[in-house]
Amino acid sequence: MSDDVDIIEVTETLPLDAWHRAHGARMVEFASYHMPIQYEGIMAEHLWVRESAGLFDVSHMGQLHLSGDGVDEALETLVPADIKSLAVGRMRYSLLLADNGGILDDLMITRWEHGLYLVVNGAVKYDDIAHLREGLADAITINHLDDCALLALQGPKAFDVLSRHATGAYPLETLVFMSGGQFEIGGHEAWISRSGYTGEDGFEISIAADVAEAVADLLCSNAEVKPIGLGARDSLRLEAGLPLYGHDLDPDTTPIAADLGFALSKRRREEGGFPGAEFILAERAAGAALKRVGLLIDSKQPVREGAAVVDAGGVEVGRVTSGGFAPSVGGAIAMAYVPAASAVPGTIVTLAQRGKTHTGTVTTMPFIPHRYVR
Amino acid sequence: MSRYFTEDHEWIDVDGDIGTVGITDYAQGQLGDIVFVDVPEEGKELAKGDEAAVVESVKAASDVYSPVSGTVIEGNTALGDVPALVNEDPEGEGWFFKLTLGDTSDLDGMMDEIAYEAFVAKL
Repeated sequence: MSDDVDIIEVTETLPLDAWHRAHGARMVEFASYHMPIQYEGIMAEHLWVRESAGLFDVSHMGQLHLSGDGVDEALETLVPADIKSLAVGRMRYSLLLADNGGILDDLMITRWEHGLYLVVNGAVKYDDIAHLREGLADAITINHLDDCALLALQGPKAFDVLSRHATGAYPLETLVFMSGGQFEIGGHEAWISRSGYTGEDGFEISIAADVAEAVADLLCSNAEVKPIGLGARDSLRLEAGLPLYGHDLDPDTTPIAADLGFALSKRRREEGGFPGAEFILAERAAGAALKRVGLLIDSKQPVREGAAVVDAGGVEVGRVTSGGFAPSVGGAIAMAYVPAASAVPGTIVTLAQRGKTHTGTVTTMPFIPHRYVR
Repeated sequence: MSRYFTEDHEWIDVDGDIGTVGITDYAQGQLGDIVFVDVPEEGKELAKGDEAAVVESVKAASDVYSPVSGTVIEGNTALGDVPALVNEDPEGEGWFFKLTLGDTSDLDGMMDEIAYEAFVAKL
């Protein structure tokens, strides 16, 4: 007899699966979904986003809606953001925290006219939903908007393109970075926010899954727009200095070590009352032992996730959590956790990867300046 | 001169006891944009199947194995400056290294071009 239960992991398809394949995407498995890693090539796609506009399918991410009396207070028990002061249409970056101060996920929280709209990472969305259900009062309703697709249109020409198609109660240009509103695109209802994860100006567009193909076709009918895969999304966000959950952030990292102190709102720092507050606020005062920094690699060879940061004696003192070739930088860059004493820009650190040592120079992030429209 | 192929997507041209090694067009297509290549130095002794070179694309690092045993006589230094040569001309200017073959029987059982094309078609 055995209590073993066979769990069959099924790779699911997203609303635009056939659309990606028809556009020549190479599909890979990511966060239990078939996702496009690239179309014409990561380098070309990356550079296209920096100079024009790219359409990303990020429908694997979790879109959640929270509602009910006392929803602000309830969510504030799980995140360190000031939710109460969030105005309608404004969004805020925050963190789901464990009781020890570790990061369970990073997320975007937006105030809709009714309730709060959350976007969480695809790979942990079901864990997040369970965590929210356990932590939020029974009076709070959690609605998983799994009949919605999420697109991102990113790049310096994203505004010109989207303004041709988006109509709403007010013009698209009234949206500034980290704000959103209700619009229509090609006659389809869309929640559009001026946000993204590339460091460029751009928009994220939440639409019903069954109109995703029509909206993607409409946006790609503009000469400025090409579909962009996950590969370029990763190199773009790395150049923008933005951490990726499951790589640069995990339950063993804290907001202070991750250099995300800005996510601790002033009122919440003063009042506490979020998970791990005592530890996190003490760490904020004293400094974390390890800190997330950016590194310019001194050779052309990429130093990637999993490489060790080593001291003069070759002992591991930190780790590289993301790394690769940065097309707009023209060289290899990385994010790493290094001892606090080595976190000062200009410091040279030694890295070990597959039996070979490399050096990297601690650099202020972002590697490529953000071009948000505020 | 004859060209042989491995299931790991290396090719080797053999002329007398000199072999020239690279990766196939299929391999470069799978790897995508190549940003770094580390080729072996002259004099390096390689056994068949040894990790001989490293090729890094934007996505990932991959090892290139020596399809035969032998002594390296030249690494393609042009790849240090222009790693994208591997994308542009993988079975020509984008060669990785040349070596003297220790034992030509290492070539036994490798695929010819027609067999390799059939092999790739099934992947």
